[in-house]
Amino acid sequence: MLRLEGLRARWGDWTLSADLVIGTGDKVALIGPSGAGKSTLLGLIAGHENPEAGRVLWDGADLTGRPPAERPMSMIFQDNNLFPHMSAAQNVGLGLRPDLKLGRDQWRAVEAALDRVGLGGFGKRKPGQLSGGQVARVALARVLLQHKPVVLLDEAFGALGPALRAEMLDLVASLAEETGATLLIVSHEPGDARRIADSVVLVADGVAHPPVATAEIFDNPPPAFTAYLGG
Amino acid sequence: MVTLLGAPFILPVIVAVLGLISVFGRGGIVSQALIWAGLEPVSIYGAQGVVLAHVFFNLPLATRLILQGWLAIPAERFRLAAALGFGPGDISRTLERPMLREVVPGAFVVIFILCLTSFAVALALGGGPRATTIELAIYQAFRFEFDLGKAALLGLVQVVLAGTAAVVALRLTLPAELGPGFDRAVTRWDAGAPGLKVQDALWIGLATLFLALPLAMIALDGAAALASLPVSVWVATLRSVAVALVSMCLTLALAVPIAVLAVRRRARIVEVLATLTIAASPLVVGTGLFILLFPVVDPGRIALGVTALVNAAMALPFALRAIVPALTAVEADYGRLADGLGMAGRTRLTRLWLPRLRRPLGFAAGLAAALSMGDLGVITMFASPEGGTLPLALYRLMAAYRMDDAAGAALILLAVSLALFWVFDRGGRIDAEA
Repeated sequence: MLRLEGLRARWGDWTLSADLVIGTGDKVALIGPSGAGKSTLLGLIAGHENPEAGRVLWDGADLTGRPPAERPMSMIFQDNNLFPHMSAAQNVGLGLRPDLKLGRDQWRAVEAALDRVGLGGFGKRKPGQLSGGQVARVALARVLLQHKPVVLLDEAFGALGPALRAEMLDLVASLAEETGATLLIVSHEPGDARRIADSVVLVADGVAHPPVATAEIFDNPPPAFTAYLGG
Repeated sequence: MVTLLGAPFILPVIVAVLGLISVFGRGGIVSQALIWAGLEPVSIYGAQGVVLAHVFFNLPLATRLILQGWLAIPAERFRLAAALGFGPGDISRTLERPMLREVVPGAFVVIFILCLTSFAVALALGGGPRATTIELAIYQAFRFEFDLGKAALLGLVQVVLAGTAAVVALRLTLPAELGPGFDRAVTRWDAGAPGLKVQDALWIGLATLFLALPLAMIALDGAAALASLPVSVWVATLRSVAVALVSMCLTLALAVPIAVLAVRRRARIVEVLATLTIAASPLVVGTGLFILLFPVVDPGRIALGVTALVNAAMALPFALRAIVPALTAVEADYGRLADGLGMAGRTRLTRLWLPRLRRPLGFAAGLAAALSMGDLGVITMFASPEGGTLPLALYRLMAAYRMDDAAGAALILLAVSLALFWVFDRGGRIDAEA
């Protein structure tokens, strides 16, 4: 269970506060107008940004102040998810050990993860020789291998076309179900939320609201959600 | 042309001076032409020669600085200007003059400082006391009078003068507020007029001639003398290459941690270092080191080590200018990813920074090696008569008026400097993926 307890961030006179709970294994979409702080919230959870006040708790353990790598989370960004100077297999292998000192079994696990995302045999290629969709799959293979309880997607796959993005989201959702991971995704597309999220966290007017079931928020939208959707 | 303008930067000063002598000196082609026309030959020794040599060195630098100003004007401004039907006069008034007002004072001060602290030119061309600069006065107080107190005092004067100018320069070189653009290619709709084109071509042609002729003369004179060079020149060459390589390693060993500090802690250390190294010329640093070390060891024995160290310090700001922006970009693009994966310390250095920074590191290494190879500064104070680097050997040949041998040595120095730069710069580019 992920708990944000009186969490607050400030940037000049811009503020964001969050006080909410997300259940283990939930698939949650963070939705709201641009600049409302969706990515900031994800950064606070992942540890890339520090809150002014409040705590981030996972299953009762206080994560606040821990560096990103020591949190039970893996993250996919909008872009630059792979190091261009490393092969696909190396990029995936980083999920096991950042210094890439891997044993033979571990390399086999890397190959298996690539297989699972449909990239068997692509391990030797560098990101420059892969398509946008393949790059996203390599990043997913790493998340799979990291095997962390929480997976964060910060506008991931935003550079892909609609069909490819839907395909990737479905893959993420099924992988999350397989591993029982909790999934938090930031997206600009309300359609993404409807596609894979059980619940929605609305981020608007400086507040991240507690999650509401996806069907309910689309059927009975609160005013801020209506304003965001544009009618 | 812009590449050619970069060449004098890594061109050893003493080589350029020799080249200028062969063009503008008493026996040079300009004087020959004047004598043939029945006029007095020009003399390059003395104040006019020093000024001429500084123009030779700083014309390219000034061009590059001001060119950056031009490139900083977003293409969108020119497109807007074309849409509004601006003529050349209008563009000059609304776009170019504000830019120049921002760029030129900074360039002016930077060049002012470079001239103020330049040593080799004044040493080779200065001649009599009338053309003495502070740098040269330090050297003379040192070498001929051996008055360390006077040398230290002059050094202090120099640091204060150059330091003041450096601070002024930092204040002046603020970026022009032209707003961001979208990196479109610039099309100059106003460049069509034939009059303007002829004017541009004429200026560019003259500048090219002025820069290329001295180098061509060295290549011509030097090639003939290569076979008959004394062995000492070749020994000095080896010494110089060793110094250059050590200096290069030192530069990188210093630059990478400093760049990391500057980027991750947002420290202003880069500006401070740049100011310091501009203000404290190699000779001033050398004087300080000499005063410190003279009572302890024989200066001749540590000459090469001190030279490598001082040259590394002098190359540092240039190395940082190449590395810091690149590292900033790497951290912006991949910093969070690396944080998330727990790539810290050594792993981050070897798996992220070094592979991503190959190009700027190669460039910095080449620059440091070439600058060190051609430097004629500290070595003049420390070297024993039989020791010394190639630039010093070259200077001694010139001082003895053995101009043929000097040209040969100059050709070697030129070739080795350019080769060092080329090898390392290339090394950074080979199979470096985007």
